[in-house]
Amino acid sequence: MYKNFFKYLISAIFLLGFSVNSNADFKVGFVYVGPTGDHGWTFQHHEGRNAVEAAGIKTTFVESVPEGADAERVIRQLAQSGHDLIFTTSFGYMDPTNKVAKDFPNVKFEHATGYKREHSNVSTYSARFYEGRTLLGHIAGKMTKTNTIGYIASFPIPEVIRGINAMTLAAQKVNPNIKTKIVWVFTWYDPGKEAEAAQALIDQGADIIMQHTDSTAPVQTAEKAGVWSFGQASDMQRFAPKSILTSIIDDWAPYYVERAIAARDGTWKQQDTWHGLKEGMVAMGPYNSAMGADLVKEVEQLQKDLASGKVHSFTGPIYDQKGNILVAEGKVADDGMLAGMSVYVKGVEGDIPK
Amino acid sequence: MILDISFIGILIGSIMASSVPLILAASGELITERSGVLNLGVEGMMIIGAISGFALMVITDNLFIAIVGSMLSGVIISLIFGFLTQSLLTNHVATGLALTIFGIGLSAMLGKSFVGIPGKEFPILFSSLKESIPFFGPILFGHSIVLYFAFALPFLTNYFLKKTKLGLVVRAVGDSPVSASNQGINVILVRYCCILYGGAMCGLAGAYLSLIYTPQWIENMTAGRGWIALALVVFATWSPIKVLIGALIFGGITILQLHMQAIGFRIPVQFLSALPYLMTIIVLVVISRDSRKIKLNTPTSLGRIFYKEK
Repeated sequence: MYKNFFKYLISAIFLLGFSVNSNADFKVGFVYVGPTGDHGWTFQHHEGRNAVEAAGIKTTFVESVPEGADAERVIRQLAQSGHDLIFTTSFGYMDPTNKVAKDFPNVKFEHATGYKREHSNVSTYSARFYEGRTLLGHIAGKMTKTNTIGYIASFPIPEVIRGINAMTLAAQKVNPNIKTKIVWVFTWYDPGKEAEAAQALIDQGADIIMQHTDSTAPVQTAEKAGVWSFGQASDMQRFAPKSILTSIIDDWAPYYVERAIAARDGTWKQQDTWHGLKEGMVAMGPYNSAMGADLVKEVEQLQKDLASGKVHSFTGPIYDQKGNILVAEGKVADDGMLAGMSVYVKGVEGDIPK
Repeated sequence: MILDISFIGILIGSIMASSVPLILAASGELITERSGVLNLGVEGMMIIGAISGFALMVITDNLFIAIVGSMLSGVIISLIFGFLTQSLLTNHVATGLALTIFGIGLSAMLGKSFVGIPGKEFPILFSSLKESIPFFGPILFGHSIVLYFAFALPFLTNYFLKKTKLGLVVRAVGDSPVSASNQGINVILVRYCCILYGGAMCGLAGAYLSLIYTPQWIENMTAGRGWIALALVVFATWSPIKVLIGALIFGGITILQLHMQAIGFRIPVQFLSALPYLMTIIVLVVISRDSRKIKLNTPTSLGRIFYKEK
């Protein structure tokens, strides 16, 4: 009997030892809104997950999770099955994330592009993609011959409007005659429709195609038509080697690795992160040599200045379409204004769909 | 710019190109439905065709094999549907829906290693004539062979259904399988053939997207076109020519509304985006008012399970 008792005691000590040493089974979960093969938004989050895995941390992921009731079920499932840190990577997961966080105070949550941190175990993070748009605008303003930039937009949310404005402001600065033509496709992802939108813009005189949708169809259409284009979310160069001038790349990997390690080591704290070129969360793809050495140099300098904070994408004076002042001379737009941006700046044609 | 005559030619050419997948898938589904089988798996068969075509193109570097392979893959996946509904007598609607879900999932799995590979240029015919003849050039020439086939298909289908004996057999099976069976027609065999033919056309429609229209593979790239094709068949009241008209209107207004946005028309964008759906339904309803003709074309036993009494 005593023999058995000791056996149990020893096992108990071992078990205790293992559970205290939680590093061994520290797990990170990811929830994606799209398929990992979308080659855009979710693809880049998945690259981030791969980096966490490469850092020696165990991860799991669930893809194509619809925003809404399903999301809560999936997040809860991950929390219940012993995940210590959970990344929820779409705006629509905001409420479900906070709801589950309430019931699992020991699990850490990271929600992308949201603003609700109702519990101390919820952090939010996003990237300043608009800084990349400023660079695209500068390049577009210099490269266009027809002075017409075609912009394929998805949904009228601040994120998208901010991109249109940042691009237009930068293009106007180098080319006052610039016109931005916008086509709303009301989808993040429909290659056929995106291609048609690109073609329509090209037929209407745009010689630069820019997109805020996720597929590679617009850049391929631009390549075929012999006009310039820019890659979105990931480096799309190989889809349109001649046409693509550069790409805006979302690089979540460093942030994911940093936060995963912090959570594992117990140094994780609630925070709201909005990183840009400076931290590398927004990166630029290789610049096309067709831009010419001078312009590449110019843009690289601008990229450095944006990263260092010497130049801000939204520096006054900025006017809206009616001519009302939005940002006074010498001032820059604050993060609150950027986060809620819902009007076009002067020089953008058309109305924002309501 | 929009009134420029040669520009209108280019516009019509691109409208034709955009309606090809709808014409192919809807024409295939039309034959399936005329035989009395409702296959809601169009979207699933299309996406399987898209990935099979693209994968074969990458592996074999041969576009002919890719096109034929995509049709074969449509046949194979529709065979599953055929076996379940015709041999095991499962419910058409539920099985078709399952086929779509299965197709989307399977294609995503098969396509994992093909994401991010650029497609290959698909050869176009008469490209020199396209440039040299204003207006008619871009309408009639410079398209892929699949487009010419797609535009011939509704007429061939119409001829098949109305003028051939086999067409009559298909219609008989769709209208009254019991009578057809009593006449010595093998109802199950006819329905199998129609299902497989529908699968082949849906596969081709998918391959048109992944090989010709936007040459690449991305998950879920059919983006709901299968459902639009299904709706077209119903609103066109099972008439092949009306399917063609409907597909052209849908493709046309989709592209026109994008142009209207680019030009800067002051019309609410949401309204413009809904316009293709609205206009297609309105036009098809208006041109199919004749209730006698609708009765003539509607497969009476659509979606009903046929038991052969022994």
